[in-house]
Amino acid sequence: MTGRPSPQLDVDRLIDDRRTRIIVCCGSGGVGKTTIAAAIGLRAAEHGRHVVVLTVDPARRLAQSMGLTSLDNTPRLVQGIKAGPRQAANDAEPAGSLHAMMLDMKRTFDEIVEAHADPDRAAQILANPFYQSLSSSFAGTQEYMAMEKLGQLRRADEWDLIVVDTPPSRSALDFLDAPQRLARFLDGKLLRLLTAPAKVGGRAYLRALNAGFGMVTGVLTKILGTQVLRDVQTFVSALDTMFGGFRERADYTYQLLRAPGTAFLVVAAPEEDALREASYFVERLDTERMPLAGLILNRVQQVPAAHLSAARSLAAAEVLQASLAGNTQPGHAVRGHPGTGHAGADDDAPARQLTIAALQLHADRMTQAAAERRIAGGFTAAHPLVPVAEIPAQAEDVHDLEGLRRIGQSFGSD
Amino acid sequence: MATRDTDWDGVRLHVVTGKGGTGKTTVAGALALALATDGRRVLLMEVEGRQGIAQLFDVPPLPYAERRIAVGPGTDAHPGGDVFALVADPESALIEYLQMFYGLRHAGSALAKLGVMDFATTIAPGLRDVLLTGKAAEAVRRKDGSRGRTYDAVVMDAPPTGRIGRFLNVSAEVSDLARVGPIRGHADTVQQVIRSPETVVHFVTLLEEMPVQETLDGIAELRTLGGIRPGAVIVNMTRPLALPSRQLQAAAAGKLDQAQLAIGLKSAGLDDSHGLAGALAAELAEQARTTLGQEEQQQRLDTAGQPCYRLPWVSGGIDLAGLYRLAWALREQKAA
Repeated sequence: MTGRPSPQLDVDRLIDDRRTRIIVCCGSGGVGKTTIAAAIGLRAAEHGRHVVVLTVDPARRLAQSMGLTSLDNTPRLVQGIKAGPRQAANDAEPAGSLHAMMLDMKRTFDEIVEAHADPDRAAQILANPFYQSLSSSFAGTQEYMAMEKLGQLRRADEWDLIVVDTPPSRSALDFLDAPQRLARFLDGKLLRLLTAPAKVGGRAYLRALNAGFGMVTGVLTKILGTQVLRDVQTFVSALDTMFGGFRERADYTYQLLRAPGTAFLVVAAPEEDALREASYFVERLDTERMPLAGLILNRVQQVPAAHLSAARSLAAAEVLQASLAGNTQPGHAVRGHPGTGHAGADDDAPARQLTIAALQLHADRMTQAAAERRIAGGFTAAHPLVPVAEIPAQAEDVHDLEGLRRIGQSFGSD
Repeated sequence: MATRDTDWDGVRLHVVTGKGGTGKTTVAGALALALATDGRRVLLMEVEGRQGIAQLFDVPPLPYAERRIAVGPGTDAHPGGDVFALVADPESALIEYLQMFYGLRHAGSALAKLGVMDFATTIAPGLRDVLLTGKAAEAVRRKDGSRGRTYDAVVMDAPPTGRIGRFLNVSAEVSDLARVGPIRGHADTVQQVIRSPETVVHFVTLLEEMPVQETLDGIAELRTLGGIRPGAVIVNMTRPLALPSRQLQAAAAGKLDQAQLAIGLKSAGLDDSHGLAGALAAELAEQARTTLGQEEQQQRLDTAGQPCYRLPWVSGGIDLAGLYRLAWALREQKAA
C-alpha cells in the first residue's frame, strides 16, 4: 500500500460484539458480496451467534454450499455448524445457529398488500397489471423489499444477528436511494395529480386543471393513451389508501440502518470500478451518518514467492527458453526417466519447460498483485481512516461450508 | 467497400450483456473498435449512466450526444473506421422523443420537472427501457441522405445478464400494459428492430461458476422470448497455463515434482535457498486448480452451441493499448 497503512478491520471483533445486531454487506455487482455475507454468517454462528443471512442473489451453488437445495423467502436452518473455539473453552455457552433465506421480492410485496388492505381491495391491487409490473420488475422494488424484509426480521427478534446482502444494483448507492425514490414517488406531486380524477370526480379535477397540470395530463394521454392512464389511476388510488405512510416506512428503515448495532461493510474487489463505487459508498455513508465498519477487499492476489520480482522471473524464463532452443531438436520430446542417473541437457528439458511455465505465471501474478496494490492504494490514500480486511483470492469457487469457513478464517487471528 | 467474412455479417445492432465484474463495458468497447474497419461508422452506446465508456477511452464524461471518440485499428489494406459514443439516459430520450414525434419541446422539460421519470421508472419500468432500446433502434434505422445508413453498426453496452431478457422484451411488456395508443405503436416499432436478424445479443463471461450459469440462463431465456437472437459467448480474461495435461493434473493435486522445478531454477541461475521451488509449486498448484475448473466451465458453455471467442487477460488492467489488443483478438476470431 502506498502511504500510511490502513487500520486492520477486525471482523471477528465485530461479530463477537453482542451489540452488533445487523451487518449490511454492500458494494457493486460481481465483487463476491453474497459469498462474503454467507462467510460472515457462518463465522458468527460458529462463534456462538444466532444468525440469519438474507441474500437477494439466486446463487444456487451458494445455497448448495450451505446444504440447502434452494433458498426461498423463509429462513432455512443450515446444518453442519461447528462449535467454535469459544464454545470449546466454555461449555456453558450454547452453540450458535445459522439460517439462510433469499428475498422473494414479489412475495414480500404481496404480503404487505395482504396485510394492509381488506381482502377485496387486496385482490383488486394484486390483479392490476401495473401492480404486477411494479412488484416484479422495478429495480427499486427489490431494494425496498430487502429493507422491508430486514425490518421484519429485526422485529421478529428470533435472531441476534442479521447479515444482509444488498441487491446487485448497477451502483452500490441504489440500495440507499431506491426505497426513498419509491416512497417519494408514491406520495409525490404527480401521483396526486393522477389520483385526483379518480378520487374526487370530474368537477374537482376540472377545477384543479391549471395550465401546467392540463398540459401534463394532455401529454400523458398522448403518450400513453387514455386506457393506460385509467389503469394507472385505478392502481394508484388503490395503493394510495393503503400506503398512506409509505414514506414513514421508508424513513423507519433508514433509521434502522442508522441505529446503534448496525454496521456496514463495503465489499470490493481490487479493481478500479469496484473501488470507485466503494469510495462513493464510503463517502455517502459518512454523509448519512451511517456506521461504516470498514472495507472488505475481496479476491486479493496472493503470491507465495513474493521475494522473486516479476522482472527477474521473466529474465530467468528467457534464459531457460534460450537454453531449450539451443538443446532440443524440434519434435524430439524427451520424457524424463527418473532414476537413470544421467542428467544430460535433454533430460532436463521437461524440468525447464515446467520451470518456464512457473516463472511466467509468477511474473503475471506479481504484475497483477502490484496493479492491485496500486489500485487499492488509491482508495486507502483517500480514506486513510477506513479499516480494511483483505480476503485472498480463492483458487476455486466455493462449494461447501468448508469453503465458506476458509474465507472466514481471513477475518480473524485464529 | 471490401466484403468481409465475419460471423456476424448483416448484423447491425450488437447488444453486449454480461454479469457484473465480467468486463462487459470493456468488451463492448473492444467490439466497437473491431467493427470500425474499412471506413465503417460504429456507434457505441451506454444506457446505465455510469460513464463507463468515457473511463474506458480515457475521455471526459460524455453528454447525451453522439461524439467521435476513437478510430478503429487499421492496416494498409484495411484502413480503420470511426467509433462514436452516446450516453443515453431515459429522461433525455423522452424529451427527444416528444420533440421528434409530437413537436413538444417544452412539455418534455416540464414533465421531467414534475418527476415523470420517477413515474415512468416506478410505475412502468418498461417505459424507461423502451426509451433506451428505442434510442438504439432509432440509431440503427437512421439514414442520412448522402451515405445511406448513418451507422454501419451500433454496439450497446446493455444491462447485466440478469436483466437482459426483460430489458429487450420490454416493448412486449409495455404492449401488455398499453393495449392501444401511441406508446404501443412506438413499442411495436422498437420490437421489430430488436427481433430482426440484424440484432444479436452477445454474452460476456468469465470461466467461473456464477457468470457461466447466468450466461446459460440468459441464452435459454432469450430463446423462450422468440425472435431475440443470442449471439456469441465472449470469454473474457482468459489466462491459459502452458502445461501439458498430465502435469496440470499433477499440479492441481499438489503432486508436482518439486525436484524438477529445483533443477529448472538452477539451470536458470536462480537460487533456491528461500524455498523458491516450493513457493512456485504452490502458485502452480493454485493456478492449475483454477485452470481445471475453467475447463469444466468451458465445457458447460459449449453446450449452449453459440460461437465462442476468448479474450486474453491483460496484465495490470485495461488501458487504451489493451483495448486495441482485445479488438484485434476479436477480429482474428472473426467476431468482427
